[in-house]
Amino acid sequence: MQKPILEIKGLHKRFGDHHVLRGIDFSVAAGERIAIIGGSGSGKSTFLRCMNFMETLSEGEIWLDGKRIGTERNGQVTYPERQLCAVRERVGMVFQQFNLFPHMTVLQNVMEGLVTVKGMAREQAREIALQELDKVGLSEKVDAWPGRLSGGQQQRVAIARALSMKPEILLFDEPTSSLDPELVGEVLRVINHLAEEGRTMLLVTHELGFAYHFATKVIFLADGVFHEVGTPDEVLKNPRQARTQEFLRRFGEFAF
Amino acid sequence: MDYSWDFGPVIARFDMLAIGFLNTIKIAIVSILLGVVVGLVLVLMRLSPRKWLSWPAAIFIEFYRNTPPIVHFFWFFYALPVLLSVSLDPYVAAVLALSTQSGAFYAEVFRGGIVSIERGQWEGARALGMTHAALMRRIIVPQAISRMVPPFIERSFELLKTTALASTLAYADLLYQAMMVNAETFRPLEVYTTIALMYLVLLVTASQLARLAEARLTAYQ
Repeated sequence: MQKPILEIKGLHKRFGDHHVLRGIDFSVAAGERIAIIGGSGSGKSTFLRCMNFMETLSEGEIWLDGKRIGTERNGQVTYPERQLCAVRERVGMVFQQFNLFPHMTVLQNVMEGLVTVKGMAREQAREIALQELDKVGLSEKVDAWPGRLSGGQQQRVAIARALSMKPEILLFDEPTSSLDPELVGEVLRVINHLAEEGRTMLLVTHELGFAYHFATKVIFLADGVFHEVGTPDEVLKNPRQARTQEFLRRFGEFAF
Repeated sequence: MDYSWDFGPVIARFDMLAIGFLNTIKIAIVSILLGVVVGLVLVLMRLSPRKWLSWPAAIFIEFYRNTPPIVHFFWFFYALPVLLSVSLDPYVAAVLALSTQSGAFYAEVFRGGIVSIERGQWEGARALGMTHAALMRRIIVPQAISRMVPPFIERSFELLKTTALASTLAYADLLYQAMMVNAETFRPLEVYTTIALMYLVLLVTASQLARLAEARLTAYQ
């Protein structure tokens, strides 16, 4: 087994009285593609969002490259901004709602992290941004405002923006859930292409058919714990747990 | 009604009104600029997670929102000197009243703009690894500014009109100068009609300029 890039130990997350994640241990190794499925409210997005500290942990530890994130002093763990920024540079995220910056052009959106976070010279950032946009098939839209693009195009820009930072892990939080059905394919094709490049990715999704082909590992999350973990064949075709079977039945027929 | 209009005596003293007109513009511009500074300080305090910063700012803002503007003028002119045991020039007292008033309202305008930016924008920037300072500077504030422009302009117009209260402190603004001209000419109808028109010209011109500025600042939308 390869050494994990990212490890999570004993993760709990509470929103007030609501105990969303109830003790999760988890690790990601280079090249793994992990699909996280589960009903709405199962905590799958929250779980993903803990990994780049979009959510603060209520309990638990996150380790990156064998180093624990956070600073412990007198039994209290604090998360200095500098550490979190460093984690987020290495763990990129693509959101359901794209979250492009509307006051910047497509090209500026993709350059932004390179210039502002990595402190790169504009010409160099521009070159990288153009390459990333070319990869997602949007070379012709570099000067457009995000508001003028379709949802599928916006999401591809968001992917290019995340890729520009050269993250070691990419998190996808339901990347196709807010898209019109006819636009889902173009985004999934881009994600598939990233899979072929051997990138390490985590995907929260309702597209079970896609998850089956995409993932090296599938996690079924229910009631804030990993209910079932295995290969796509194990979890999606021959689930052992009754809860997983019921979840898949409710999804009905989907094409593998 | 057989009143015979006669603008002659007013026109003869138009230089007095012109001085008042310029003083009104001067006090408005100075108070807007200082008000922006006060507003920025207040909004930074107000949005701070530290209670000892946010509470005083909130109280300050509420105080100004719930008291009549003329009371602020009187307070700075008649009350503050008692505390400091120095008398304040009417101009200084008026600028203090106007800039703290507008600062309190600007702070709310700024805050409204910043909190109106969707959570996704903060998250999108944070997920790239931006520090809080960088995301404010690069992502939040530029977008918030374009949303602040219309209420900011509206607030500044209020301030421009409120400058007339400076006349109660005997500051030589347009209204005060009009009172002087009236005292010399006994022509209230002509005098106050003239300055009403002068205020109108000032505000209409300012609103045209504001519209230009607004168009530039909100171009991407």
